[in-house]
Amino acid sequence: MTQIRVILNGVSLTSREGQSVGALLLEHEQRATRTTRQNARPRGMFCGIGICFDCLITINGITNQRACVTNVEEGMTLETQIGSGTIA
Amino acid sequence: MMAAPDVIVIGAGVVGAACALALTEASLEVLVLDRSTVASGTSGAGEGNILISDKEPGPELNLARRSRDLWFEISDRIGGAFELEAKGGLVISRTSSGIAQLRHLAGEQRSHYVDAIEVGSSELRKLEPYLSPEIAFGIHYPEDAQCQPMLATAHMLRMVRLAGGRVHEREEVLAISRAGTELSVRTSGGNYTAPFVVNAAGTWAGEIAQLAGSTLPIAPRRGFILVTAPAPQLVMHKVYDADYVANVASDDAELQSSAVVESTRSGTILIGSSRERVGFESHLEVAILRRLAKQAIALFPALAKIDLLRAYHGFRPYAPDHLPVIGEDPICPGLFHAAGHEGAGIGLAPATAELIRDAILKNPSFMDPTPFSPRRFVGSS
Repeated sequence: MTQIRVILNGVSLTSREGQSVGALLLEHEQRATRTTRQNARPRGMFCGIGICFDCLITINGITNQRACVTNVEEGMTLETQIGSGTIA
Repeated sequence: MMAAPDVIVIGAGVVGAACALALTEASLEVLVLDRSTVASGTSGAGEGNILISDKEPGPELNLARRSRDLWFEISDRIGGAFELEAKGGLVISRTSSGIAQLRHLAGEQRSHYVDAIEVGSSELRKLEPYLSPEIAFGIHYPEDAQCQPMLATAHMLRMVRLAGGRVHEREEVLAISRAGTELSVRTSGGNYTAPFVVNAAGTWAGEIAQLAGSTLPIAPRRGFILVTAPAPQLVMHKVYDADYVANVASDDAELQSSAVVESTRSGTILIGSSRERVGFESHLEVAILRRLAKQAIALFPALAKIDLLRAYHGFRPYAPDHLPVIGEDPICPGLFHAAGHEGAGIGLAPATAELIRDAILKNPSFMDPTPFSPRRFVGSS
């Protein structure tokens, strides 16, 4: 199985081809992907199938990506998203 | 044994809830019946529009202005619980004929004391920083407002309950008949009599009229809305294309659509609007959704990079002359209609309730309700 290196909030993690960002985070017991817009409370995977848009995360500098339906790629940088993110 | 109500309100949508609240506050005993649940029909399938901008001078504008003021009073009484926001509307046009029409409408509205401010290119950018640079003309309507209609409906009914009124969900009206000086209403849950019945069944109000031996020509006019994923605030006002006003007034059964874009407090952006008369057809039409998205992106190019969360549709209660039906039935005395507000039911609900309350109590009202009378359909079949 091909190993893939990704960076989560500055820390290097080992993942494997075909794993979703959401699955990788859960494997490392990282439950929050972002904070809420109004009260800065933690949010993470809820539906896990791309419908609820709760597990939004910043990937390679682009905000509002769904962790549950995005697969890892070599060298990918993941950052906990703060609030509503930015307009691309 | 329950105490007999003074008024039975059929329909727990925004109009029924507003009527129930106005009647309860006038010290009447109210029973609200809905065959489904609170705001489960058209009230829960729109955008929460409280608009002045799309009304031409006339009776509907008078109703809209009064209603807008009443919404802010209700919000104050309830403690601001339904996201009422005086965000203002911005109507744009990109064609010379559209601009001429919009300018004409705004002029007429201004002569009736509507706040309608013409804005050019640089002013538009200040109001809406993400608006397409190709748009150079708009009218700003600071009075336009928005609320969360399901919350508004639920909170008004909560007030009704607190004051001793009753709200029965999942109880369907099966028959309405005269019983002496009162009306008798048979439902899936029991029998009631009351001197007054209010038909606030929205798009389904014609069925209720029929149960009472009368008729009401209200038909569904379907609309789709797209909901984006929550985004940073990109749209500051309710922004729509002037074509919208022409579409609302159109009698065409074919599909019409014009861009209507606004953000909500939860961060999602709502994109409308389509109009077509296809009965209660609930099939999802991807071609319509694509058209709505395209029109919205033409207004706000940044929307192209925001994901869509979902889409929904609703059925506006459409009356042939585009005016709501408010007043006593000509064939069944004691039955008062409060329906047929098409796409403006949220905005017009509180003033409609005031007219119904005044008609029942035989009090003078803030305006002459004759233009809305169901009598206008008598003989027109």
